[in-house]
Amino acid sequence: MPKVKIDGFEIEVPDGTTILQAARMIGGDIVPPAMCYYSSLKGSGSKCRTCMVKVTKGSDKDPRPMPKLVTSCQTMVMDGMEVANTSSEEVLKARAGVVEFLLLNHPLDCPICDQAGECHLQDLAYEHGASGTRYEFERRTFEKIDIGPYIKLHMTRCILCYRCVYVANQLTENRVHGILNRGDHAEISTFIEKAIDNEFSGNMIDVCPVGALTDRTFRFKSRVWFLNPMDAHRDCPTCSGNAVVWMYGNEIFRVTGRKDQYGEVHEFICNTCRFEKKAVSDWHIEGPRNIDRHSVIAQGHYGQKALTVR
Amino acid sequence: MGRKLLLEHAQVEGIRSYEVYRKQGGYRSVEKALKTMSPDGVLEEVKKSGLRGRGGAGFPTGMKWSFLAKPEGVPRYLLCNADESEPGTFKDRYLMEKIPHLLIEGMIVSSFALGANTSYIYIRGEYSWIVFILEKAIQEAYANGWLGKNILGSGYDLDLYVSPGAGAYICGEETALIESLEGKRGNPRVKPPFPAVKGLWQSPTVVNNVETIAAVVPIVNEGGDEYAKIGIGKSTGTKLISAGGNINRPGVYEIELGVPVEEFIYSDEYCGGMKNGKKLKACVPGGSSVPILPHFLINRTANGEQRLMTYESLSDGGFATGSMLGSGGFIVYDEDQCIVRNTWNFARFYRHESCGQCSPCREGTGWMEKVLWRMENGQGKMSDIDMLVDIAKKIEGNTICPLGDAAAWPVAAAIRHFREEFEWHVNEPKACMERNYGLVREPVAV
Ligand SMILES: Cc1cc2nc3c(=O)[nH]c(=O)nc-3n(C[C@H](O)[C@H](O)[C@H](O)COP(=O)(O)O)c2cc1C
Ligand code: SF4
Ligand code: FES
Repeated sequence: MPKVKIDGFEIEVPDGTTILQAARMIGGDIVPPAMCYYSSLKGSGSKCRTCMVKVTKGSDKDPRPMPKLVTSCQTMVMDGMEVANTSSEEVLKARAGVVEFLLLNHPLDCPICDQAGECHLQDLAYEHGASGTRYEFERRTFEKIDIGPYIKLHMTRCILCYRCVYVANQLTENRVHGILNRGDHAEISTFIEKAIDNEFSGNMIDVCPVGALTDRTFRFKSRVWFLNPMDAHRDCPTCSGNAVVWMYGNEIFRVTGRKDQYGEVHEFICNTCRFEKKAVSDWHIEGPRNIDRHSVIAQGHYGQKALTVR
Repeated sequence: MGRKLLLEHAQVEGIRSYEVYRKQGGYRSVEKALKTMSPDGVLEEVKKSGLRGRGGAGFPTGMKWSFLAKPEGVPRYLLCNADESEPGTFKDRYLMEKIPHLLIEGMIVSSFALGANTSYIYIRGEYSWIVFILEKAIQEAYANGWLGKNILGSGYDLDLYVSPGAGAYICGEETALIESLEGKRGNPRVKPPFPAVKGLWQSPTVVNNVETIAAVVPIVNEGGDEYAKIGIGKSTGTKLISAGGNINRPGVYEIELGVPVEEFIYSDEYCGGMKNGKKLKACVPGGSSVPILPHFLINRTANGEQRLMTYESLSDGGFATGSMLGSGGFIVYDEDQCIVRNTWNFARFYRHESCGQCSPCREGTGWMEKVLWRMENGQGKMSDIDMLVDIAKKIEGNTICPLGDAAAWPVAAAIRHFREEFEWHVNEPKACMERNYGLVREPVAV
């Protein structure tokens, strides 16, 4: 089993582990941010470039440093590898550059965005970005589109992480969801606006790191930080039925998958659970969900030690 | 006169047809290879020849071929990269249009060497008429027994197909090409795995440029050693250069590597000197992706040596004072040309062609284009110049495929060598609009 050192912390990991996974095993501040990689979606990663790190020593066998920064979500650990993430000035500079790029065409209207409070781009910008922008041009905008009865696509907010495309390709049966055009004029499409009526299409909302894909049954009903997330389950013939219900008082406002501290869902839920089971009597409520994320969203739940928002 | 190995017969009447091509000695290399050589024997000759990839990067072809994985029971593929979309480069077009059978012949010999039984020519969609030229040539080759089953009774089978793209520069990047050929969106893949291990349909694959594959024909005919005698050092053989810009004789030239740049620009055999007797201002020697050179670094390197048309000499001095041979798209600029405008034009191209996967390339190319457009139209700020350098730096090296670098380098190089002209655009917007467009008007609002 290869050993790797990340920002001075050493860990032994199974063969085939990526630097990002190894860093997550160590945990804490040395974990690189990941906006496009999603462990349960095959092929995801390598696009956003926020997870770039410096390999200062390739391996025991070949100790040469790697010439360029590498994406930690794709690069496999080698025995004896040494990696600098937060300890490398070069990495932090490049990452700030990536944040600037990601925000270039992203509307900076968080106060009126439904994703605010649980947006990974918001968190990323807060932790790694500069306070101002040097961009002085009009941002690219698109009309909002309804993808079927449940999902709203607001392409203007999209950072082209491709996660939803992988959901469409891997979870649902037919490949209706793709990318149109190229470069900064690329957009998510459903070939074209064909409603995605697959039972698992709602998971696109959960994998979206920003407010590009949102739940039409929940949009603008409440700010997420006013809601109490509760672990809940139900007997579902289609999916595991393990979900999080977001409550205000005795009312369920929305249902999502169970996200880990990196925002990843490991058990995808079906559309019936997500969009149609909004009565408390539909669910067995287990108790408050502990959301361990450096974000506003972590605030709303009780039983927490201290506020983790910076 | 330099030797011509590829275009020797290009001007022969009717060379596009099989009969004439055959009469000029065509398909000899297939006879020689299939009847008297082993696949590894062909590979050896290619290695000895020192041939380097003509698609841009200049990677030794023999070495690339020897990296091809050969697991039992898995097919291998040879793909010809005829996507030629780099601004300034139009040599493959000339070769395929004039003498298509040379490419077919090269494909047969190269596929034989690699053990590929199915090969593809991936051609850019805009070359629509060449698709027909190639398909006709392929039909003729089938009809005369050079393609199909049991070629020349050797037991070797090969099927060859032409597959047109749909108008994307990025599909010239080898893994995007593979994706596109598989019928998918042409997004470059993450490497590793490299195509030599997992390429087309997850099988071992070699991707080579049109000219690289065509060069295998004379290498097999004359022997690798003979080929290596042409050229200088590690730049062996002949190279097609597509020359354009403010010169008297734009066109495609086959040169022996090692010709001095000065001779290439001024001799009547090649570019024939500057048009209208104007002064030479700048040169992009290898297609839009490579750094631009100012007049004083074109004919001589920074340390005063004569600059030659070789991989090494053109890159002498690194990016500080050198450039690259690249794909051989040789663009010459005279004193009247605006470097800012030219840089903007390149930036516009890369913005349009970025596939959009990587955030630095997707967003950075668009940003650079907008800043350059603003500057060219008289609304630039002094701080824009350093900002452009900074944006380029943040793209370079931080992307999946080299398109990001290719977009960043021309901007960085133009500012490195022509900073005063950028400053002039900021300080004297009216004067520069007057020069560039003959317009006496207020700069437009952006
Ligand atoms: C954005 C991009 C575009 C490219 N376009 C072409 C092209 O049009 N033709 C080509 O031969 N190589 C092109 N290349 C280089 C190919 O990726 C590959 O290196 C080449 O086909 C290998 O052939 P060679 O070894 O014979 O040069 C391109 C590379 C990039 C990054
Ligand atoms: S560098 Fe540009 S063209 Fe290449 S994969 Fe990334 S976004 Fe696409
Ligand atoms: S998470 Fe690795 S590049 Fe996006």
